[in-house]
Amino acid sequence: MSEHSDDDAPMISVKIVISGGFGVGKTTFIGAISEIEPLATEAEITDQSVGVDDLRGVDGKTTTTVALDFGRISLDESLRLYLFGTPGQDRFTFLWDDLVDGALGAVVLLDTRRIDDCFMAIDYFEERQVSFLVAVNVFEATPRFELDEVREALGIGADVPMLECDARNRGSVKGVLVALTEQVLVRRLAEVGAL
Amino acid sequence: MTGADPGPWPPPPEPFEEEGDAQARPPDPRMIPAWDPASWHPSLTDEGPRHLDEADEDLVIRPFLLTGGRTRPVEETVRLEAQVVARPSAAVDPVRFEALQILEACRQVLSVAEVAARLRLPLGVVRVLVADLVAEQQLDLVEQQALSVDLLERIRDRVRAL
Repeated sequence: MSEHSDDDAPMISVKIVISGGFGVGKTTFIGAISEIEPLATEAEITDQSVGVDDLRGVDGKTTTTVALDFGRISLDESLRLYLFGTPGQDRFTFLWDDLVDGALGAVVLLDTRRIDDCFMAIDYFEERQVSFLVAVNVFEATPRFELDEVREALGIGADVPMLECDARNRGSVKGVLVALTEQVLVRRLAEVGAL
Repeated sequence: MTGADPGPWPPPPEPFEEEGDAQARPPDPRMIPAWDPASWHPSLTDEGPRHLDEADEDLVIRPFLLTGGRTRPVEETVRLEAQVVARPSAAVDPVRFEALQILEACRQVLSVAEVAARLRLPLGVVRVLVADLVAEQQLDLVEQQALSVDLLERIRDRVRAL
């Protein structure tokens, strides 16, 4: 690190990706635990990405903006955890590579009323072998299902942890992040043969 | 910020002679009176520069104009969560307005995503500009740590202690 840093240790940053369908509660989830207001930044869809992004039906529109929520948690004086929410709409999936690149792991938030909204996220993380878990966001009006039923509906293996959470509740959100970091650690230890 | 009320409207020019029962069209408040140059641009008014808000999303200038049309950074390792900090000696040509703003914001260690949010610029644009400044040795990019078992344990413990 450079000589002018105030801190002794270099700043380490890690990130976790929060994904799920549109309106499933990603912004709420991030806001419940972030120390900064979830900030919406924008990425541009330029002419270059027209082939990637589906712009059919929006005649004459060659550029648009998308809000990306993110939050920050200072874990200690030299370790920052960032939470990045994926854009909800399918048409922004080309941004995912940048969001997921180097991520510790991912949370797939699920609304049991719209289970198929998260298939894309699950496929994406499975394909790229990103550690992820499924957090069922419990809405008051949501019919409750046994997690095993949800697992079956999603068609995911027993190795993917599933838990219920309340995205508005800091303790609940923290529980999800603990479960994810635990899972990442266990997976790594298995890889290095320590387990 | 300009309020909803445009204030006392300058007296419109002489109304046209209307024929028959045609209604005189009231002046459109969005129109800029030619006799009042101060209102031509928001920054020329007494209220000073205006902050961007929702209404400004249709910017006239395309965002990637700021990067000379480049959409990828010179250094691909500049991740969104990468931490950058300005060197004390950092100085750029004042006409590089965005670069100056980035150096200003990066007096403290910030992630690329936070810089983009503060400057209200698209992430892709800021990534390119930050990578340029790193290449020019105006900004220091904090090297990314590999996710070692030790680091993973530290993260897990710290998250649990939140």
